[in-house]
Amino acid sequence: MSQSEFETNLNSTDSAVAVFERDDQTFLSNVRNAVRSYPTLVPALVLIVSILIFGIIAPRFLSPGVLSLVLQQVTVIGIVAIAQTLIILTAGIDLSVGAILVLSTFVMGRLAVSSGVPLPIAIAGGMAIGTLMGAFNGFLVAKIKLPPFIVTLGTLSVFTALKLWYSGSESIRNSDIEANAPSLLWFGEAAARPFGATITYGGIALILLAAVFWYILQHTAWGRHVYAIGDDPEAAALSGIKTDNTLISVYAVAGLICGFGAWVAIGRVGSISPISFEEINLATITAVVIGGTSLFGGRGSIPGSVLGALIVGVFTTGLSLAGVDDYWQMFAVGNLVLIAVALDQWLRRATQ
Amino acid sequence: MNNINHNVEPVLQAKGLMKRYGTVVAMNGADFELYPNEVLGVIGDNGAGKTTLIRAISGATAPDHGTIELDGKVVNFNTPDDARNAGIETVYQNLALSPALSIADNMFLGREIREKGIMGKLFRKLDHKKMETFARDKLSELGLLTIQNINQAVETLSGGQRQGVAVARAAAFGSKVVIMDEPTAALGVKESRRVLDLIQDVKSKGIPIVLISHNMPHIFEVCDRIHIHRLGRRLCTVDPKIISMSDAVAMMTGAMEPPPEALVT
Repeated sequence: MSQSEFETNLNSTDSAVAVFERDDQTFLSNVRNAVRSYPTLVPALVLIVSILIFGIIAPRFLSPGVLSLVLQQVTVIGIVAIAQTLIILTAGIDLSVGAILVLSTFVMGRLAVSSGVPLPIAIAGGMAIGTLMGAFNGFLVAKIKLPPFIVTLGTLSVFTALKLWYSGSESIRNSDIEANAPSLLWFGEAAARPFGATITYGGIALILLAAVFWYILQHTAWGRHVYAIGDDPEAAALSGIKTDNTLISVYAVAGLICGFGAWVAIGRVGSISPISFEEINLATITAVVIGGTSLFGGRGSIPGSVLGALIVGVFTTGLSLAGVDDYWQMFAVGNLVLIAVALDQWLRRATQ
Repeated sequence: MNNINHNVEPVLQAKGLMKRYGTVVAMNGADFELYPNEVLGVIGDNGAGKTTLIRAISGATAPDHGTIELDGKVVNFNTPDDARNAGIETVYQNLALSPALSIADNMFLGREIREKGIMGKLFRKLDHKKMETFARDKLSELGLLTIQNINQAVETLSGGQRQGVAVARAAAFGSKVVIMDEPTAALGVKESRRVLDLIQDVKSKGIPIVLISHNMPHIFEVCDRIHIHRLGRRLCTVDPKIISMSDAVAMMTGAMEPPPEALVT
């Protein structure tokens, strides 16, 4: 075996080229690696710091009642943000989650209130419709190979039209739900009232659902595949992952989560309206991005998105308690999004 | 005529493979043999059809005609997964690694190990510890030790280190054959040297290797036989100890007929 001449000189040099060690131990790179390894670190810190700052600006903010109100306000956004996170992790985006959510509330409401169907069947029916709509998105993305943005922009209109048709553009009133299917409102009820705080079953559901999907993403093969597909779909396919089926399942599961969120939303709002939750698509994307999940796919986390939703809630509630006008609240949340995206870009660049 | 492998059955054999893409004939009766304990180089000009040949034996492309035999048994690969399950691992030119996932995750992508008992069965929980230990063992087996953190993301590794992970993955799971497509094309001189050493390490474990490369010095250094591909079929298989690099290039471009004394079967 002969080495080329130009290579023989190498024998006398350091051969430690493929050794796994880091040589850039500057402070900045340590921060970068910490953030990369623990992606929820930044949103967790931002949440704590912003709660403290608003506590100083508006002392009333730090009361258990106000803090639990924030949790109630972000309950539905947080649940739908879990669905949005799954999709964004695959480098997709879902603009139709709001339409799926509201159409599912009407399926549950109409079945339980107007048709007198037993409640479990009405709820299962709403969640099944949500899953079906999600799977339809997934089919178009995975099999027809259309870009997720365009697919869900299209189905946003389709599902919204179906919602208006099915609802007859009429709300289902709170009194009708209470009379015929009071359990539909269960998630809005208080589970506990410690120290003047109001913890609803919906808030508990959000935390539990986040824990379940954190587990699924971190500790099951399906979860690892979701990350791999968002990271590099070709590499995932060559590694033996059935990327099409996994993608369809991701969109279907996202639809299922929206279906579940519909039940929680009925309890939160108390009635069912065709014009509710119209801004939830962008609100969930905001929460996901502030939570540190990359719009380019492959990195991010479920707890991050819940924290992101809470951060938005803390900012809007805190600023309004401090007497700041609505438009400055929007201004602040918009800046949070820009900072979060810039941070993500910085992390990505550092990996090149 | 040298007959260095007589009386030994090939591990992997292809006979008369044909593949057409519309009017383009990518494979025109291509034959291929890989024997135990050898490194077989595959060279050919661009468009000679060597990629299609490699895709066929690694399951990424199904040939129109012809048969592929593994250990003497006819096999039909429809997906890369089929070939993998049969013990053929491929290191693709783009490595097929997920940058944001850890080294251990990448090694087991698509074949994760679940925990035993109820956590694994009912809750589908992965056995991270077992996979990490296995990944660490395989990397140190190939001399890629001093890993500080097996959970560090692949994107934090250099090109040579990533190649090391991809090769370690193939060597760990490839029970029959390891195929490497241009493993040194993107690497520097030193890193290439490391990969060539890795090839020898894998060979010494008794796994035959197919090496596709445009780099003649590398091919001539590590290969026992060289399969020269031309116009969709095998032109000849030659002994690198007998012919020169420039002759090999002349044969693959059609400027020279294969000299009978250099041929091996």
